[in-house]
Amino acid sequence: MNVTITVNGEERVVDVAGHESLLNVLRNDLDLPGTKDACEQGECGSCTVIFDGESVCSCLVMAADADGSTVTTVEGLSVDTELHPVQEAMLAEGAVQCGFCTPGFVVSGSHLLETNPHPTEPEIREALSGNICRCTGYGAILRAFETVTGEGS
Amino acid sequence: MTTRIAPGVKGGIGTSVLRPDGEPKVTGNFAYASDLSSEGMLWSATLRSPHAHARLLKIDIGPAVAMDGVRAVLTQDDVPGEPLFGQEEQDQPVLCDGVARYWGEPVAVVAAEDEETARRAAAAIVVEWEPLAPFVDPDKAAEEGSTFRELKVRRGDETATGSVVVEGFYETATQDQAPLGPEAGFAIPDGEGGLDLYVTSQWIHVDHRQIIACLDMEPDQIRCHPAGIGGAFGSREDISLHIHVAMLSLATGRPVKMVYDRSESFVGHVKRHPSRMWYRHEADEDGKLVKVTARLILDGGAYAHTSRAVIANAAFFAVGPYNCDNVVVDAVAVKTNNPPAGAMRGFGAVQTCFGSEMQMDRLAEALDMDPLELRRRNALAAGDPLATSGQIIAGSLPTLAVIDTLEAMPLPDDTIEDDPRLLPGGTGLTTPVSSVVRGVGYAVNVKNLAFSEAFDDFSEARAVMTTAGVEIHTAAMEVGQGLVTVCQQIARTILGTDQVAVVWDDTSQIGSAGSTSASRQTQMTGGAVHAASVGLRDKILESFGGDELREDGVYLHDELVATIDQVCVGGPVGHHVQFRHPETFQPDENGQGDVHAGFVVSAHRAVVDVDPELGLVRVVQVDTVQDVGKALNPQAIVGQLEGGILQGVGLAVMEQLVVDEGVIRNPTFTDYLIPTFVDAPAVNTRVIEEGDHFGPFGAKGIGESPTISATPAVVAAIRAATGRDLTRVPVLPEDIIGI
Repeated sequence: MNVTITVNGEERVVDVAGHESLLNVLRNDLDLPGTKDACEQGECGSCTVIFDGESVCSCLVMAADADGSTVTTVEGLSVDTELHPVQEAMLAEGAVQCGFCTPGFVVSGSHLLETNPHPTEPEIREALSGNICRCTGYGAILRAFETVTGEGS
Repeated sequence: MTTRIAPGVKGGIGTSVLRPDGEPKVTGNFAYASDLSSEGMLWSATLRSPHAHARLLKIDIGPAVAMDGVRAVLTQDDVPGEPLFGQEEQDQPVLCDGVARYWGEPVAVVAAEDEETARRAAAAIVVEWEPLAPFVDPDKAAEEGSTFRELKVRRGDETATGSVVVEGFYETATQDQAPLGPEAGFAIPDGEGGLDLYVTSQWIHVDHRQIIACLDMEPDQIRCHPAGIGGAFGSREDISLHIHVAMLSLATGRPVKMVYDRSESFVGHVKRHPSRMWYRHEADEDGKLVKVTARLILDGGAYAHTSRAVIANAAFFAVGPYNCDNVVVDAVAVKTNNPPAGAMRGFGAVQTCFGSEMQMDRLAEALDMDPLELRRRNALAAGDPLATSGQIIAGSLPTLAVIDTLEAMPLPDDTIEDDPRLLPGGTGLTTPVSSVVRGVGYAVNVKNLAFSEAFDDFSEARAVMTTAGVEIHTAAMEVGQGLVTVCQQIARTILGTDQVAVVWDDTSQIGSAGSTSASRQTQMTGGAVHAASVGLRDKILESFGGDELREDGVYLHDELVATIDQVCVGGPVGHHVQFRHPETFQPDENGQGDVHAGFVVSAHRAVVDVDPELGLVRVVQVDTVQDVGKALNPQAIVGQLEGGILQGVGLAVMEQLVVDEGVIRNPTFTDYLIPTFVDAPAVNTRVIEEGDHFGPFGAKGIGESPTISATPAVVAAIRAATGRDLTRVPVLPEDIIGI
């Protein structure tokens, strides 16, 4: 069936199978591999996108249900060569190692700052607890967000 | 050799310069192996054994072949070359060879026009199995001699006795590396019968050797390329889907993509060996170790992989960073029908560090001595013999300094905040502040650096001066740890320019860099980059009679005598090296000898809050002091320490694969728990810089050390909080409650 999705500001029409996830469609049909596939169970957050204003795991959204929706992926957060402040901070604080979780953190983090511009440390930890990072131990990611929110050094 | 950084160089050693792959990673533009695709590409899938042990009586691929869109269905009969592969010992069939020896063993592979068809076709293959009783008891395997290696260490006087004796039995569970990036491979036929292969790997040259043998091809027909990798931690040191995807591409003449989903990833790579360890420590009244006796059983599962080297590490680091003149260790890696085990961060030293550090705490208690004081009295130093092998420690080993520095670090104030997010159990709100007790625990570890036991361990690198800057060529795998940055920093420092790019060569373009494992790449590939850069610099300086190389050219007495354009007038100038660490040797029949190239030490202090009634734990803080030799990139070091510690914390309190009669019961991120942001403690780090005897600028590898003693430090803290004598990791609520 055809569904229409506004992805990163651009209206896209795509033929999806009934069982397909939004994640699959983004990666395989819309050529947006920045959104990562790491568990397909909504546990790791690597596939996080902004879906009609909400931060969601795109592996848990049926593509057919995305008809008429607006989606922002990691590719939509930097404008030309200008990085989003979250991207800038994660880079500067060494919050990127293998980087597989990074797009998910960038998207979740940008949503956190939109909904709560000055989160406390426990609020940052809680808001990003749906994103698993296996490399950093989260320390550098925390410092990155504290920098963005002006809480850090 | 100079360590002076030329004027104008900003990104040399000692700086926390940004990693070059950081920007593509934050923008989503970095190409991981699982992101690769091309026109005309086929998808693929794997049929796996539903039994841990079974005879394959009959396989009918007909229903899969008959499906629309299926292009190839291959079984073991289709393997053109050697039927078996393996890094150390070739004992594993490419696909099931008549007997399935572990749950999830690959049986057949399928290529099809789309992902769904490939999966459905794999499921349509009809297999008739005769289930056999799985052999899963490691003790029985040890008794019956079903082993990959038995190693005996005998040092000093076996009859020696100490007046204070403690004994214990300890176990560690199966831990999974669980890198976020799944196993992925992409094979592209070259039109001449060969192919280019992009697979998530830690060592493309050792993959290449196994792949060409099984495919019966000449070395230059298959080119293994570095691919974008989402973490590794040991899981990619052995072959997974490499040969399968290559066979499908050769059979169809089409590009083929293979990606494991998470559940398949859990069965598709080797694990950390589960262990069973019995220890007896004997000391004198002053706490000096007199004798350590240990029996160690590590379960290697169905195939050898790196079990021979893992059991050696377990045995040689069985006493930890302590002096002891009399040691008796019997170590065995057993062969069973459990999931195959192999490399994971810490590689055998994790298991015995848990056992031996628990013993040191018991000994301290028996002596009524401060646990750090006991460790201090026995601390191993440079020039001392390693307790097990007797090897005199060359290079640095600041065991006392890490212990003293750790003790001097501030503890958190003992206020327990009434915020459910910061209490044991989290926002489940089940723990009231009043029932929380706090505990503090310490642990120390030592581990070898790079490959041991006479392995010819080397790394190749080529430094090339061009008019656009320096290129560093290597086949060393960047798995996320930041090797790419360190290589740049070393080259910049020596060659006097910030314009350094690391170029990842494939197996046809450069020789092996060795494995990204054993904490070895900073020293080994870093050492190769250092040597290549020094050779290139000296060659250029000699050609132009200069005394210094800077970004714009060759200088003599601060005067420019040749520009880079002049240096490169005949084309790029290169220097190629093969770097080796000091020679190591096989242990003798008593496990004695110069087995290792170098050593690294670190110590951890954990602070935990526990609800003893509910058995819930929150790891509040972990402090660490790490021996680094020389800090090449301070920010990257902190990243390794924090990340490594959290994997150790995971093993201490939550991570375990539940394996029942050989079957993994929790192969998902829903059921295999990994620490999240709210589980992660605050981490404070200090480093000790005492240069090592090999490697660039005295630097040591630190990838594994932080994981090793984080685990026993957390368990010691839980014991301190609860009084429970804990002997198994992960520590579960029932262990604390005492059911």
